[in-house]
Amino acid sequence: MATRAVEVVYRGIFQRTLARNIVRNIVFAARKDGKIGTAFGRYSDSPERNGIPAKQFAIVCDTALELEESLAVYEATNVDVTINVDDAMCKGIESWAWYGLQPINELTNSGGTLIVTSRQDADSLLEDIHQKDTPYDLAIIPSTVSFSGLWVYKDDHTDMRILGTLCKVCPDLVSLEAMLESIQEQTGSGTKVASVQKAFDRTVTRAVEPGEGNTETPFSFDMPGWKTMEEGLVIRALPQGAGYGGGDEGYVPGRSEVFKKWSTRSMRPVINFETCIKCTLCWLQCPDTCFDVTPDGLYDANMESCCGCGVCEAVCPVPDCVTMVSESQFNDNDSQWEAWQKDKDGYNKWMTVLVEKQKSETRTHGFHHVGGYADEINEMEEA
Amino acid sequence: MATVKPKPYAESKEELISGSEAIGIACALADVDVITAYPIRPYDTVMQYVSRLKADGNFDFDFIVAESEHSQFEIVKHASAVGARTFTGSSGVGWFYAFEAITVTAGLRMPVVAMVGNRALDDPGAFGVEHNDAMAVRDLGWHLYWVATAQEALDMALIAWKVAEDPRVLLPFALSCDGSFLTHSQAIVQVPSQDQVDRFLPSYQRGTLQLHPDNPITVAPQVNEDWLMEIRKQTDEAMRRTSDVIKEAYDEFREIFGRGDPSPFIEEYMCDDAEIILVGMGTLAMPTRVAVRRMREAGEKVGFLRIKFFRPFPAEEIRAVLGKAKGVAVIDRDYSYGSPSFGGVLFHELRSTLYTLDDRPLMLNFIAGLGGREIKVGDIGQMVETTQTAIDTGKIEQETTWVSVRE
Repeated sequence: MATRAVEVVYRGIFQRTLARNIVRNIVFAARKDGKIGTAFGRYSDSPERNGIPAKQFAIVCDTALELEESLAVYEATNVDVTINVDDAMCKGIESWAWYGLQPINELTNSGGTLIVTSRQDADSLLEDIHQKDTPYDLAIIPSTVSFSGLWVYKDDHTDMRILGTLCKVCPDLVSLEAMLESIQEQTGSGTKVASVQKAFDRTVTRAVEPGEGNTETPFSFDMPGWKTMEEGLVIRALPQGAGYGGGDEGYVPGRSEVFKKWSTRSMRPVINFETCIKCTLCWLQCPDTCFDVTPDGLYDANMESCCGCGVCEAVCPVPDCVTMVSESQFNDNDSQWEAWQKDKDGYNKWMTVLVEKQKSETRTHGFHHVGGYADEINEMEEA
Repeated sequence: MATVKPKPYAESKEELISGSEAIGIACALADVDVITAYPIRPYDTVMQYVSRLKADGNFDFDFIVAESEHSQFEIVKHASAVGARTFTGSSGVGWFYAFEAITVTAGLRMPVVAMVGNRALDDPGAFGVEHNDAMAVRDLGWHLYWVATAQEALDMALIAWKVAEDPRVLLPFALSCDGSFLTHSQAIVQVPSQDQVDRFLPSYQRGTLQLHPDNPITVAPQVNEDWLMEIRKQTDEAMRRTSDVIKEAYDEFREIFGRGDPSPFIEEYMCDDAEIILVGMGTLAMPTRVAVRRMREAGEKVGFLRIKFFRPFPAEEIRAVLGKAKGVAVIDRDYSYGSPSFGGVLFHELRSTLYTLDDRPLMLNFIAGLGGREIKVGDIGQMVETTQTAIDTGKIEQETTWVSVRE
């Protein structure tokens, strides 16, 4: 019995074609090795939402009977290789349709490999990636978040680089020879074949020991049963005024325990409270009602419900009052307003540095600053 | 009317496609004239695929995106009346929104072929598979077939036009495809050549019933009670005749294409000496077969019967298989609130089917996989265990069991 499974974790819609190219090419190439396979998306991600984490799988077996035994239409319970095409998701993911945080490496087998496209180094990524009881390898493909295959974005060969790396880290899945032959046949492109070969040759893995990584317990909750949930599809809201502890307790940002969705974002809004004119537009337009009105009439984005869409930045009439900043810059979900209250000068300095960095170099698909995307592409092409 | 033959299928070849895409390719191979569409998941996957085939110049047909499902089904009904080969489809509440048009399609004997991407009915808004949507046509004169694999989706679509358009039948045909497991999973499928399909599938000839200026007729007048029963009886006779037409078409299909189970109506899996037989429809066949194999390895005499045609319901074939068993465990991916045993629709059909036997097996019903929940191999083991207990004690403690539902 030889069943090999691969998952691709990607940003819904933006990276859908990229993910599809990867899983389909795995199955095509495995066919050249005389194997049989199937490719499918996790249906609970469907219909995909912009940027919301989603998964596609490729399962490859020696025989059709083995393929049936692997029950390869359901989400796999464990995979040989996890491919993450947006390093911000190293913090863990949740799809739009269910709630609770899944560590990026949750399905990765003992001795398996996690492939991440990233400009960060392994130690930096492991601050975000949750620890596991079992060892695995981490392979980093130097790359920005690729939108290859999405409409106007140029094809940057990210799929080919991932496939080359995959052949190296999991030769039982598919041989390099079969992959090269299949890519030539499917695409007719010599440069794509070269990209696969180059990525294969350059693959470096780093062993991750059990217990190494982010030690936080991922957010989870128990789903109610039919005897305990409310009848008539009712979900109770927080009572009015629940955001305020009263007296000395002050301001307590609150959200329903079962409707957090923060891990879905790749960027988050950073607020300049000094320039806010209290126009209410961010509060009004946020599709996830994540802005809390503070006691002094300002608006604080609740990081347990923000999915990072950037609408607040787009509707804010004040230049640089709301700026979308790469999620990789943050390690907590703390209230910005509270930090500003405690130390205004400190907060303002921290915020200014972040925003300037965002403008000049960090990747972004925010509305105000296109960042260094063009430079990053050049950098990747040289890599 | 579409006349250009698609070029990409000059030779039989392998494709990596989903069940929906397989049906899209079948539309091209069958040279369908009119396709109507209105988006709803999971049916929309076939709509997207035929759009692409058209955009790429691989399939020439009239593509009408309607303003609602109701119009979508009305348009194909009318197109069918003038002699066009038609295809359409929907899912869940979209299928229900089209219901007025769906009933008249059968009433007027229009051989429309539709794909139902099975989806849970609202509320709650959900996308996963449940069979109640498609089952709602069971009393209307539609063929109703449950597909299990992408290959079967392509093959049965071709058979569907052949059977539905046969002058002895002229009844619409619904291909029921489990949302997600079939509509969104890509498998290796053998796509036949255009030449093979042309040998198998004749063009649609409505003959003297065709609405055309050269053939002046009125279709669908209002009638009273002095006409209605005779009209119903005609449809009934057509549905009675179709079983033979299906057999004929299926045998011819197997001969030309060289694949397919022995029976078009049912699939038997290790039923021969089975004391307990599981029964179900659609893609749940996959975990069920795996579970049956494992139980067989452990020496248990267990089998699985997959019902493929729900209408016409293959009562004789089913009696021949289930009549030999001691216990029958029916897996319903649907539910009928307030039904005789507070159970599933398939269960009640089967109990009715087996009633005429002198020696009836004991029957239990399991409600599983609603809304797309995974049916696990272990769940099926539990079903068999419960059935075995009932056989051993001769007593049914609980007729219907909800499988893996949180209390």
